[in-house]
Amino acid sequence: MNIHEFQGKALFRESGIAVQDGVHCTNVEQALAAYDSLGSEVVAVKSQIHAGGRGKGSLYAPDTGELVMEGGVKIAFSRKEVENYASNILGHRLVTKQTGPAGKMVNNLYIEAGCAIAHEYYLALLVDREADSVLIMASTEGGVDIEEVAENTPEAIHKEWVDPREGLQNEQKNSLADSLGLTGSAHDSFVEMIGQLERMFVERDCSMIEINPLVRTEGDIMIALDSKVSFDDNASFRHPWRAELRDLSEEEETEVRANKSGLSYVKLDGNIGCLVNGAGLAMASMDVIKLYGGEPANFLDIGGGANKESITTAFGIILEDPNVEGILVNIFGGIIRCDMVARSIIDASREVGLEVPLVVRFSGTNHKEGKEVLESSALDVITTSTLADGAEAIVGAIGGGSS
Amino acid sequence: MSIWVHEDSKVLVQGITGSQGTFHATRMIEYGTDIVGGVTPGKGGQTVDLPGRSVPVYDSMAEAVSDTGADVSVIYVPARFAASAIIEAAEAFHELNDGGMIVCITEGIPTLDMVRSIGHIADKPGVRLIGPNCPGIITPGDQGGCKVGIMPGYIHAKGRIGIISKSGTLTYEAVAQTMSIGEGQTTCIGIGGDPVSGTGFIDCLAAFEEDSDTEAVVLIGEIGGTAEEDAAAWAAENFSKPIVGFVAGATAPPGKRMGHAGAIISGGKGTAEEKFAAFEAAGIHVARDPSAIGEVLRGVLIEAGLRET
Repeated sequence: MNIHEFQGKALFRESGIAVQDGVHCTNVEQALAAYDSLGSEVVAVKSQIHAGGRGKGSLYAPDTGELVMEGGVKIAFSRKEVENYASNILGHRLVTKQTGPAGKMVNNLYIEAGCAIAHEYYLALLVDREADSVLIMASTEGGVDIEEVAENTPEAIHKEWVDPREGLQNEQKNSLADSLGLTGSAHDSFVEMIGQLERMFVERDCSMIEINPLVRTEGDIMIALDSKVSFDDNASFRHPWRAELRDLSEEEETEVRANKSGLSYVKLDGNIGCLVNGAGLAMASMDVIKLYGGEPANFLDIGGGANKESITTAFGIILEDPNVEGILVNIFGGIIRCDMVARSIIDASREVGLEVPLVVRFSGTNHKEGKEVLESSALDVITTSTLADGAEAIVGAIGGGSS
Repeated sequence: MSIWVHEDSKVLVQGITGSQGTFHATRMIEYGTDIVGGVTPGKGGQTVDLPGRSVPVYDSMAEAVSDTGADVSVIYVPARFAASAIIEAAEAFHELNDGGMIVCITEGIPTLDMVRSIGHIADKPGVRLIGPNCPGIITPGDQGGCKVGIMPGYIHAKGRIGIISKSGTLTYEAVAQTMSIGEGQTTCIGIGGDPVSGTGFIDCLAAFEEDSDTEAVVLIGEIGGTAEEDAAAWAAENFSKPIVGFVAGATAPPGKRMGHAGAIISGGKGTAEEKFAAFEAAGIHVARDPSAIGEVLRGVLIEAGLRET
């Protein structure tokens, strides 16, 4: 789960991590009031969407598609400029290199007091899956694309791994501060900040905290000028406060609905819907459809606890996508029995009014019984025993690859 | 032989009185697994009726291990308690045996709980964790065998192919592929699809290298992380037997989590193409279509002089 910058900064403030004063706004009047209340001549006017690359993005009018403004993060030097930038941002689509060409509608704005920047740094905490521990990365190359830094000058990124039993050690904090070349009060404020960040990361079950840029002010204080915070969904049961921070408008509605039924769904751009048990097998099914010249319309894992209701929901979700011209069901029965799935498919196809070609591949537990159930029904369905045959059959049934 | 679990392994079930625990304990014992007891805190002293035997329930792993001499434990407890169950098992095996095998089936465990659990296991060299979020491990025997997990036992047969996979049902697919060319398995291991987990590909390969009965390996990866690349590089230097490899997710879009918590292409890294390329560079025989794993394996075995046709 991701949250907005302004929400991340509110959590920073609670944890004692230094940020500038700022106000969350949803309209231009609020933005002007925020400017008046902050008492800072220079402010940053920042689009709030979950994707990164906002500063270098472009804003477009949602109806005409016309370019409204370059840059989703602006520095305003007057009240008039705040008004101008706020009205160019709110209600418009921000396209960044992370949003895809459709961009994201901006409904939230953050007005933040400016500060005198001496240098910009990069700081991130994340779970290193290879090392099975929390990794802290710091770099003097802040404010730029860190992936480029990692690619071109990996030596400019200093890394410290936190031992899960010992915790973050003072030597490690000092070593990170030294790697940034910090001295005096900047060094001290960084060491304090990194301890608080590590505590927040663990206490709130984060999966990432990224601050880019982290800045040293001309007064030699370290301030988090940005915040990108995401949480580990598996830990949501022990963090009920997260519900309030969730912005459903940033998530795909069908994916959220699928999730509530125990399904894992991701929409893709092709025309062959897939319904599969198991995440790995679901990906493999998409891959094989592609190998046979088709294009998968979705990833869909019905999970180990699938039943008639969830399978019906799954068919409904697949068919909501107007691009879907055919469906491949691929079940390797284990705990799930193929005959149960067969009966669910028949019921679901009646309930949702299935009109596109359907291919079902059954293997594993009760696959023979499952095939018999389908073949003795009135349903127009092709059954196969291997995934390759299934993919070939569905691509053939819709008359070849994507139109 | 086989690796890590054998027909004489003594297996405990953590969470045995729960519906999942009882259901799978029954399936495991039907397959031939020697289930010697279970653990559910607060239910010590009870018994659970399984086919052909009634097994004792203990309050703690320490009691269960010292009373039964078990060397394997399989965990079916809910996600919020699973990390404690892993740590409890690790401590019991470490203190009372020289070690033991922990297989965690549970999915949805918080990542930082797993970081802590792995930290506990790191200094206990005899203790091995498989999973979490995995189908488990199975060694088919002459009759029955040792099944520790949730996989359908009957699709397997004793043989000479080792199987390692991040996925559940895709592991079964790989098993079916070996069976389609008349090859059985030594041991099949589902290592799970979580970003932070116990046993990895390299641990499995190292064990298969030592196992004289394993003559070839099928390795199934998926997008996300660099475990496949690391395994390929390791195998090129250290593994003498043929490997057939497949990676799921060639069509997965970047930045989207594909079911498994770890299956995500982030920052352009962890793509299937990179992993296939690493496999090829390491001399691993690639199957681009999982339905072709059997035929690729047949070719590899013939080439190695291990099969006539």
